[in-house]
Amino acid sequence: MKQEMVDRIKNDPDFIHLVKTRSSFAWTLTIVMLVIYFGFVLTIAFDPSILGAPMSAGSVTTIGIPVGVAVIISAFILTGIYVRRANGEFDELTAKIKAKAKGE
Amino acid sequence: MKALLALLFSMAAFAGEALTGAVEKQPLNMSAITMFVIFVGATLGITYWAAKRTKTAKDFYTAGGGITGFQNGMAIAGDYMSAASFLGISALVYGKGYDGLIYSIGFLVGWPIILFMVAEQLRNLGKYTFADVASYRLRQTPIRTLAAFGSIVTVILYLIAQMVGAGKLIQLLFGLDYEVAVILVGVLMILYVTFGGMLATTWVQIIKAFLLLSGATFMAVAVMAHYNFNFETLFSTAVSMKDQAIMAPGKLVSDPISAISLGIALMFGTAGLPHILMRFFTVSDAKEARKSVFYATGLIGYFYILTFIIGFGAIVMVFKNPQYLDLAKQAVDGGFPILGGDNMAAIHLSHAVGGDFFLGFISAVAFATILAVVSGLTLAGASAISHDLYASVIKQGKTDGLMEMKVSKIATVALGIVAIYLGIVFESQNIAFMVGLAFAVAASANFPILFLSMYWSKLTTRGALLGGSLGLLTAAVLVILGPTVWVDFLGHAEAIFPYKYPAIFSVSAAFIGIWFFSITDSSETAAKEKEAYEAQFIRSQTGIGAEGAVEH
Repeated sequence: MKQEMVDRIKNDPDFIHLVKTRSSFAWTLTIVMLVIYFGFVLTIAFDPSILGAPMSAGSVTTIGIPVGVAVIISAFILTGIYVRRANGEFDELTAKIKAKAKGE
Repeated sequence: MKALLALLFSMAAFAGEALTGAVEKQPLNMSAITMFVIFVGATLGITYWAAKRTKTAKDFYTAGGGITGFQNGMAIAGDYMSAASFLGISALVYGKGYDGLIYSIGFLVGWPIILFMVAEQLRNLGKYTFADVASYRLRQTPIRTLAAFGSIVTVILYLIAQMVGAGKLIQLLFGLDYEVAVILVGVLMILYVTFGGMLATTWVQIIKAFLLLSGATFMAVAVMAHYNFNFETLFSTAVSMKDQAIMAPGKLVSDPISAISLGIALMFGTAGLPHILMRFFTVSDAKEARKSVFYATGLIGYFYILTFIIGFGAIVMVFKNPQYLDLAKQAVDGGFPILGGDNMAAIHLSHAVGGDFFLGFISAVAFATILAVVSGLTLAGASAISHDLYASVIKQGKTDGLMEMKVSKIATVALGIVAIYLGIVFESQNIAFMVGLAFAVAASANFPILFLSMYWSKLTTRGALLGGSLGLLTAAVLVILGPTVWVDFLGHAEAIFPYKYPAIFSVSAAFIGIWFFSITDSSETAAKEKEAYEAQFIRSQTGIGAEGAVEH
């Protein structure tokens, strides 16, 4: 890539906007995933009895079962949220930046 | 009981990926062998088809870049769902209940992070290997050498674990000799990779992922149908056969340091596995790369939920079932040991729900799984040798694709022979630590360099080289001094380093080392490397310059 093109894209407001929104979106989702996962394992490390408590009085199923399954599903949902926005909004913005970089 | 306990403890280390413990050879299993022969025939057919389409280095390394997001998602999930993971995690659930679920969740949560942080950047910057990205603006020779070394170490450790697991599993399932099984796996894998390259490796992986998911779904549904799709009934039956402890967290995660360290190893380790990272170059663009992770996360998560049900299914249908009881072992150790050990829980369950025919099917799928996983690993190792070491370091980029591909094929054969040899050497060793070590190396050396090369403008060659090596060494030394090698493998009474998972220390060492040796680097090349970040960043964010077969 030529330096002149680098400078042009670097100062393109669309590029600045793309980088800013995407990185804050990606970091937010990353932090959500980290909080969910480390919240889960640290709860177990500090007090395993919380997840070992029965769902309702007399039931064998513990709270840990739906919580564990929810952690798995949350990972899938978070990837879905990211892909949906990235493959739509972010890719459109990227296409605009590319067209400008080539066209000018 | 002692042997069973020893097996359980060694499994807790990295049960999801490594089969351990002694196994006995079983009588020849004809229906399994027939189905396996059909699978091998079909995959060799695919290899023949792929060989005709594998003409250039790009075809060989990345299947021509024409794999779709869904196909790649299946292949990634296939890479992750090894036989050891299927049998090991269901065995962990069978043995310890809820701990198996905690363990499998750790393997899953790295995927969203890979998507948010590295997947599309990787696709936009790289060509064939992750070293392409790590060395993008740094000095080729030292960084490629370090990255290739990290890749090869990771691949070989992983391969040993898979080969030993394969030998034992095949002994159990098919009644073949250990050596015969290991050689068979090695030879088939060499055939797939040398002739069919990434295209054959990917399709073998996709077919196997489909078969494994179908088989596991059938088993889980059969178990649930038996209990009218009521989890409470399933769990209460399981508890009545064992005890309430299987429903709650046990000893797997006992202190916060281990909990965080295991989490870091699994998360960053996944994002540093060369055979996984390589898959992102097989799709056409960033959009497909993202889709691959979305599908892979869904499929892997679904698979772990299935293994949890399968583990509980095995408790209610296999545990204490006289048909699967190992009477000889029970006479010595007491308890209710099952034939072939806990790792056979899912296999026995397949017989319990589907009879001899389905047992044969699941056995054949387990064998197919091993083949597919070792093929992907070998291809990644061979690429590090041919693309990074041969083409970039030795020939300084002055070689043509055909020669590079030839070197890659020679490297594949060599790695195959090494894998067979090590598989036989390590037969009776406790190899539970191997995958743990592979993840530690991937998390502590490969990942920090890759991540900082993408996101930190001040990274320099010196920082990456010294910090990355520091991470690699710290990981290796702490694993050796820790309980899994020092006590379980070398037989000392007490570990010098108390934690099983060193990642929290070794990953920190790598990041701090890279940071320190970069900011104190005032050389002229360092200044140029920092300057080059802008252009790299624009390409990583937009993919400009990355379309099609880019040379850089």
